[in-house]
Amino acid sequence: MAVAKALSVSLVGLAGTIIEIEAEISSNLPAFILIGLPDAALAEAKDRVRAALQNSGLAMPSRRVTVNLSPASVPKRGSGFDVAIAIAILSASGRVEVPSAASWVHLGELGLDGSIRPISGILPSVLAARQQGFDKVIVPEQNLDEASLVDGVTVIGASSIAEVAAFHGAKVTARSLQPTHGRTPQLESSHEATIDMADIIGQDEAVHALAVAATGGHHLLLVGPPGVGKTMLAERLPTILPQLTAEESLETSAIRSLVTMANLGAVAKLLAVRPFEAPHHSASLSSLIGGGQAFPRPGLISLANHGVLFLDEAPEFQRPILEALRQPLESGEVFINRTAGLARFPARFQLVMAANPCPCGNYFGSARGCTCSVSTRMAYFSKLSGPLLDRVDIRMRLQPGKATDVSLANYGAKQIGRSSHEIRAKVTAGRERSRRRLAGTQWSNNAQVPGSFLREHLRPNRSVTKPLDLALERGLLSMRGYDRCLRLAWSSADLAGRESVLPEDIALAINLRGSDGAML
Amino acid sequence: MNLRQNLGRYGEERAAGYLVERGYEIIDKNWHSSSGEIDLVARDKNLLVFVEVKTRSGAGFGHPFEAITKEKVSRMRRLAAEWLAAKQVFGLQVRLDAIAVLVSGGRVYIEHLKEVF
Repeated sequence: MAVAKALSVSLVGLAGTIIEIEAEISSNLPAFILIGLPDAALAEAKDRVRAALQNSGLAMPSRRVTVNLSPASVPKRGSGFDVAIAIAILSASGRVEVPSAASWVHLGELGLDGSIRPISGILPSVLAARQQGFDKVIVPEQNLDEASLVDGVTVIGASSIAEVAAFHGAKVTARSLQPTHGRTPQLESSHEATIDMADIIGQDEAVHALAVAATGGHHLLLVGPPGVGKTMLAERLPTILPQLTAEESLETSAIRSLVTMANLGAVAKLLAVRPFEAPHHSASLSSLIGGGQAFPRPGLISLANHGVLFLDEAPEFQRPILEALRQPLESGEVFINRTAGLARFPARFQLVMAANPCPCGNYFGSARGCTCSVSTRMAYFSKLSGPLLDRVDIRMRLQPGKATDVSLANYGAKQIGRSSHEIRAKVTAGRERSRRRLAGTQWSNNAQVPGSFLREHLRPNRSVTKPLDLALERGLLSMRGYDRCLRLAWSSADLAGRESVLPEDIALAINLRGSDGAML
Repeated sequence: MNLRQNLGRYGEERAAGYLVERGYEIIDKNWHSSSGEIDLVARDKNLLVFVEVKTRSGAGFGHPFEAITKEKVSRMRRLAAEWLAAKQVFGLQVRLDAIAVLVSGGRVYIEHLKEVF
């Protein structure tokens, strides 16, 4: 047959399109023509495919070969189409069985010697193939584990083009390939936690605040002098958040698959722990939010999806970056528009910001060591704008630890209920409680619930909210602050395992809320 | 005449024989001008065929056709025009062909590509 096809997948962001690769062989002088919107790396496929076929005992036809990547209007990039192009050519020249070659999706880059090399983005590609009704995929051997994460797909891992050709019926000696069936693996909770909440000495209030934050999905701002444990606390937030569900893990793993250096094979397994991303404050807008040149690439906020994004020294970040966080904080996703197309990346992360109390870091206690002027201090915190802080429910001021905490710890006085394991159990139960309460609404955790709904449907008893009402009346509390207190009070009640809000929940909420501004 | 030229001549003869067997009439061979050479000019009724012959022994350096580059094809077109002008031939259709002669293990394989552009 002079025209034949094979299938592959083109990714723009996480969205994949099935690409039909048509090869035509016409009786004309040898030439290799590749059409259908290839980028530079893909245009080089011509030379890789030719060399790979010739060095595998599968000659390139000595005629004019035209390869079309269809639909031609979808932009395509990278080296992942090599295998499909080679198979389409072999099929058109009658070396392999046409129906077999056309029914499998092929992903992988070719080496000049005919070996198949791993590529990035395998997980989203296989997911896209399944979504569009193609359930047979051939992937590079090194990507096999990653591809098998997708349930209901038959996957084959191949290490050379000769193996794939032989699988499709070519007369060439190669190892025979065995299909495996994709299955969503059980998430192993066996991850060896090297960090634990029990590592933290003292700071009971802060640990409790983190637990409340974890229960309600509240974003946090931690303010305290250097060395007080802001980073330690933030790093341990993922250890007390509920276990990732299989769906959450698959979604985040797919994003991470896009940016993994393929040859490292790091995404081979499903993400088992919640991601924790801590960019430095010199990070650029596109590295954080997402960018890419012609093709959209996810940023750190998407890599932190279903996990924690920690901004240490938050006021030092560029203002546009902090402002750009507002939209994804609101919608849980981010749209990146590039010439190749518009990509949607999930970005449902929990934000933890840390800040020193002032630029020199000594404005605490009696503030004796502080050399900052009032205006410097104000300028420092003015970087954190009102609209951004509006989305941060918890604003905590941390005090340096006390000597008694240290000596207690030295004597081995284990704090009860302090291990990440124990806190996580309570947090998970608390989340379940709030989910039940919010069943039938569009929200799943307390942080998402707007004030109007809270005041209308989830308003605690008037005697309980009395301190809040008083503060509101006296102008000590804004309406927005009032709502934040209600949200936090519900999270506190959920964490404690209560079905209603008590006065102590309100008291804690007032404490955690901090002031309406950034300066506490 | 060295070995390589010898092989070339042999290939051209085999190609000419191949065309004659298929009813072509050979009307010129190895026609020179200042810009190059036409290996064969053959005639099939009202069709004038200019043929580039490539001969190889063994496929170690690739298929003979791979040696016919774009530049070579455009030179053939130019030469064909020169030939027509020199011979004062008008009113015939013209076609460019390529013939590969592969000599390998005591056997000769001939491939004929018509209308190579």
